[in-house]
Amino acid sequence: MSVGEKKGAMPVEPSEVPPTRYILEAIGIDKYFGELKANDRVTLRVEPGEIHALLGENGAGKSTFVKIIYGSLQPSAGEIRWRGRPVIISNPAAARKLGIGMVFQHFSLFEPLTVAENIALAMPGDFNMRALSATIARISKDYGLPLNPGAIVADLSVGERQRIEIVRCLLQQPKLLIMDEPTAVLTPQEAEQLFSTLRRLAKEGCAILYISHRLQEVKELCHRATILRHGKVVAEADPRQETAASLARTMVGADIKIVKPQARRANGEVKLAVERLDQPADGPFAVALKDISLTLHAGELVAIAGVAGNGQSELFDALSGERTNARPEAIVMGGVKAGRLNVAARRKLGAAFVPEERLGHGAVPSFLLSENIVLTRHNADPDLIRQGLLHRSAAMAVSERVSKNFDVRKAKPDPEARSLSGGNLQKFVVGREMDRQPKILIVNQPTWGVDAGASALIRQALIDLARSGSAVLVISQDLDEIFEIADRIAVISRGELSEAYPADELTYEATGLLMAGAHEKPGTEGRRHAALV
Amino acid sequence: MQLLFERRAERSRAMMLLSPLIALSLTALLGAVIFAARGLNPLEALYVYFIEPLTTLWSVEQLLVKAAPLILIGVGLSIAYIANVWNIGAEGQFTLGAILGSIPPVLFPEFQSPIVLPLMLVLGLLGGMAYGFIPAVLKNRFGANEILTSLMLVYVAGLLLDWLVRGPWRDPHGFNFPQTAAFQSWQMLPTIGPTVHIGVIIALIVALGLAFLLDRTLKGFEIRVLGSAPRAGLFAGFSRERMVLFAFLLSGGLAGLAGICEVASTVGQLQPTISPGYGFTAIIVAFLGRLNPIGVIVAGLILALSYMGGESAQVTLGISDKIAKVFQGILLFFILACDTFILYRLRFIPKRAPELAPAE
Repeated sequence: MSVGEKKGAMPVEPSEVPPTRYILEAIGIDKYFGELKANDRVTLRVEPGEIHALLGENGAGKSTFVKIIYGSLQPSAGEIRWRGRPVIISNPAAARKLGIGMVFQHFSLFEPLTVAENIALAMPGDFNMRALSATIARISKDYGLPLNPGAIVADLSVGERQRIEIVRCLLQQPKLLIMDEPTAVLTPQEAEQLFSTLRRLAKEGCAILYISHRLQEVKELCHRATILRHGKVVAEADPRQETAASLARTMVGADIKIVKPQARRANGEVKLAVERLDQPADGPFAVALKDISLTLHAGELVAIAGVAGNGQSELFDALSGERTNARPEAIVMGGVKAGRLNVAARRKLGAAFVPEERLGHGAVPSFLLSENIVLTRHNADPDLIRQGLLHRSAAMAVSERVSKNFDVRKAKPDPEARSLSGGNLQKFVVGREMDRQPKILIVNQPTWGVDAGASALIRQALIDLARSGSAVLVISQDLDEIFEIADRIAVISRGELSEAYPADELTYEATGLLMAGAHEKPGTEGRRHAALV
Repeated sequence: MQLLFERRAERSRAMMLLSPLIALSLTALLGAVIFAARGLNPLEALYVYFIEPLTTLWSVEQLLVKAAPLILIGVGLSIAYIANVWNIGAEGQFTLGAILGSIPPVLFPEFQSPIVLPLMLVLGLLGGMAYGFIPAVLKNRFGANEILTSLMLVYVAGLLLDWLVRGPWRDPHGFNFPQTAAFQSWQMLPTIGPTVHIGVIIALIVALGLAFLLDRTLKGFEIRVLGSAPRAGLFAGFSRERMVLFAFLLSGGLAGLAGICEVASTVGQLQPTISPGYGFTAIIVAFLGRLNPIGVIVAGLILALSYMGGESAQVTLGISDKIAKVFQGILLFFILACDTFILYRLRFIPKRAPELAPAE
């Protein structure tokens, strides 16, 4: 399908359209949310066949901008041109009609349905299931995205699920493909495979708008980069000519403090001991934990790597006490058998927890920040609650201290949690726990969806806490992060945890193999594992 | 032109206050239309309905008396709803409170002591709590939807009351009327002024107490956390099951207390009908009052006015007092609709510009 040859419905005669080499031009895009200017005269041009990176910290306006391109938001001012022609993209359906496809960071797939059924749901008009399945098989093979149209989504790895979303876009023969942080959930091997698919697409003339905050992969993959800061375009660059550090500097507007692990002081006293922890799966899509053992000493930072959905959140819930264990000795915190204690009782033992999901789990979206302080500290902090009464000014003081120490940027002194950007809220949630000087800190995905500046701050704080004598456990999918901060690394795969190896004895490749299940015990082989294909 | 609901960054404080006022205005407007459709002068009818009941001291006292059970039930329901526990069965808990609280006057009519009335009130409270306990346990043990179970139990309670007053508890000297013996003076709530009884005071004290609980205590914090983000509540170390139980015992107990207060004052005995639907109307009271105990006091007065207005419309205009139910329904509808604007704003997108639509 081609826009240029269309007669009839065109508002402007083809002869009047100025010839342009760009497929998409967004010119002077403004977007206000109330008083906040999320996009400030953003101009961006994309050529066919170009992989164009959109870089910026969280809250820099990247998501707002692509949502405007994809028609989910309307710009307050500015113009979008498609092949030189001014267009108004009033909704995502209109964007898809033009030839714009988008792969979101969070997939919208129905787990009990098959690959083909999920794709059929997104197709306009009638379709023939058999023909569709054949098309899916052909396209996925052509582009190196192996997919079985009859497979049930619940059985697939995150990488395979992402392929479904990509194939779904490819079926519409897009001229511009928007990818929102596509590698955030992939193993290094899966990411490499994705890159070759994207390169192939670009070679065929498809433009790709690539959003990421992993600078190394942007350097490797992208031809051009537009960098946003505070809603404005601050630079356009050729990432191949830049260093990761120079890109980061432009994004943040300052040098990012480098996290420097000091000499390790492991083999202190044991702070956290997990011993042969077993836990059945909680539902059809949950992962059972099998025979997990792990020891954390004072002063060390241990990281658990793994592909999403391999039992990380189940392990976090088991450690935090949101799900208790029948065996008290399965989890020992500071010498106390804690398996049957709930989260509040474990906090009293000096443990602190930061869950993966900020809104709705780590913080109550509709509550003020000061109230969110009380959320996790009401029983471990005698200042906040006196005789059952809330001490609001004390909570406010803690909130201020956390905001100051962790650089939480907010529009007013005590806003609702949901009004903060993701990175700022994460700094707040991490800071709230750090502020207690916990003996044990367990963090799930500490910098998930957080910009470079905030990530550096959080990682530094995690290391500092470990060096001050606490035991820190970080569950993360980000290998760069893990190698940056960890003293020892264990890998979780299908609910089983590998031994924790000293970080300097492991390579990315070895870790990738462990993530794909190389450490699993024989005989536990169940479903086909697809992290490495 | 296109209309779009756009999410606000935070809840709008202005709309939280304006929403019930807009809803009330729209209700009055639609009410005027309904009156006009019945061939009545809408302005006169609205006057009779909403203003006339406020013009005499007697009717103002009646207003307070009618508002008392609405406020007492409404604050309890507010707490439950904030905790995301949907007790729809306050009418049944009201009835059970009335039945249990009536044990001393019905079964021990000769027992005369200053402790009789406090005993009745405590029994009323326990009756409502016991009846609220049932849907709470069904939900916690079996995951049964509390909206359905609590609502169905209302009809069970109504039939139980009916059976009692027609059967074992019927007044032997009552000429076979389906009612118990009339309560004696020591079994009735004392009054202040001609008709206002201390149930009104109890309702106000309870509302103020719960306002304090909600805003200042850890328990109130727990209620709000579990209601708005259950997962965060679990993370905080609070128990969802215990909150379901707490919310049902509290709201059920207060409904039961309202039940015995009503029977031991306005009604004066048990009979097949002891409530003009207070337990259901209190749901509207809770929402109109923003689930805020202080707001519930105001809302209770407004809904009490709708009952008064229904009566005066029947007398003066000659239309059925069922009109009160119509007004209450319209009001709830408009409140829920207007509440959307607390977290969303409506935006008009000027006419769609021509869209490029490539042919398939």
